[in-house]
Amino acid sequence: MYDFNFHRPKSLRKAAAILAENEEAKLIAGGQTLLPTMKQRLAAPSDVVDLSAISGLSGIELKGRKLQIGAMTKHYDVATSQVVREALPALADLAGMIGDPAVRNRGTIGGSVANNDPAADYPAACLALNATIVTNKRRMTADEFFTGLFDTALEEGEIITKVIFPLPKRAAYAKFRNPASRYAMAGVFVSKRGREVRVAVTGAGSDGVFRLTQAEEMLSKRFSEKALKDLTVDPDGLVGDIHGSAEYRANLVAVMTRRAVAAA
Amino acid sequence: MPKVSMTVNGELVSKMVEGRTLLVDFLRDTLKLTGTHIGCDTSQCGACVVHMDGSAVKSCTTLALACQGAEIMTIEGLADGETLHPMQTAFNDHHGLQCGYCTPGMIMTAVDMVKRLGVPDEETIRAELEGNICRCTGYHNIVKAIAAGAEAMNKSNG
Repeated sequence: MYDFNFHRPKSLRKAAAILAENEEAKLIAGGQTLLPTMKQRLAAPSDVVDLSAISGLSGIELKGRKLQIGAMTKHYDVATSQVVREALPALADLAGMIGDPAVRNRGTIGGSVANNDPAADYPAACLALNATIVTNKRRMTADEFFTGLFDTALEEGEIITKVIFPLPKRAAYAKFRNPASRYAMAGVFVSKRGREVRVAVTGAGSDGVFRLTQAEEMLSKRFSEKALKDLTVDPDGLVGDIHGSAEYRANLVAVMTRRAVAAA
Repeated sequence: MPKVSMTVNGELVSKMVEGRTLLVDFLRDTLKLTGTHIGCDTSQCGACVVHMDGSAVKSCTTLALACQGAEIMTIEGLADGETLHPMQTAFNDHHGLQCGYCTPGMIMTAVDMVKRLGVPDEETIRAELEGNICRCTGYHNIVKAIAAGAEAMNKSNG
């Protein structure tokens, strides 16, 4: 890893100012993705801005029918929170499936969402629940936020402060994990809120997280596994690599969608 | 170079470090606490697990400067003088190691697991060990050691 200037600002304003002054600066939350990336020299920021000393960025709060999670809230805290367990158990389950216990003790929801790794879990939950991503500048829906592989609508100097999940009537996440990396080979989050059904897929799309509109239409008529009996997923646009071909992933996506609906 | 201060095994330390210094390098190279190991250096294997403010973390994937003001506990801080920690004794009694390279991380993970979960069953122990890799033992004796260590820790806590 190349050396860098380390900053640990105490306020969002200060953090944003450091980002504005240093074009090659990067934010660090739990660092569970950024540090391995820097070790491989795939990233070499001039400045690293640690968000951990800024107060008010972590915590879980239920506000009416919305669950608010601070950007610096760790996966372990989401996985074990009584509030999340009761209000949105699918999200607690998802958080408990990320990485391993030590990774969950450092990794954060804001970091995961901002990085938009094509195999990360949280983007699927955000997209399937149409979460609102709140930054120091504005609010965006998940549909607006995730724009492609490792790409988001975040602008220079923009910092995620929290993610707000509207509570669904039914939801579940089914993940087929790569046994070595523990990343999703295919992860499918399904949700039903009012009449709206949303299905989001991670781990399989070559352009990152995406909505499986075909399954959404089938499930809008009837939210049950049976409604998916004719579901076949097109391998076009899916990842094919040493871990599995695009066709294999297409099948996994269909299977995980059925499992998620059965569990919701 | 910036300065970092943290408590390591109960002692306050303050040292100059580079921005890129990882916690594991700080522990091993600067403080000469070489009980914490570097296995994969990619946060897969868990040989580097230490406790940061009471939670197990991978010290190869934590910056030393991010530990400003934190309480760090390494394998060296576990025993009470000459008396081994119950989890260390359990690994010894159940032959929970062969080459020993993964053992510090296994034990720190095990202690964290027991603090959170009390006396976990075998399935839970195996699931909780997903971030700790041992290439010698096939895990059977590690799992037995953790189960026994959990019983002993819970007894000694009254």
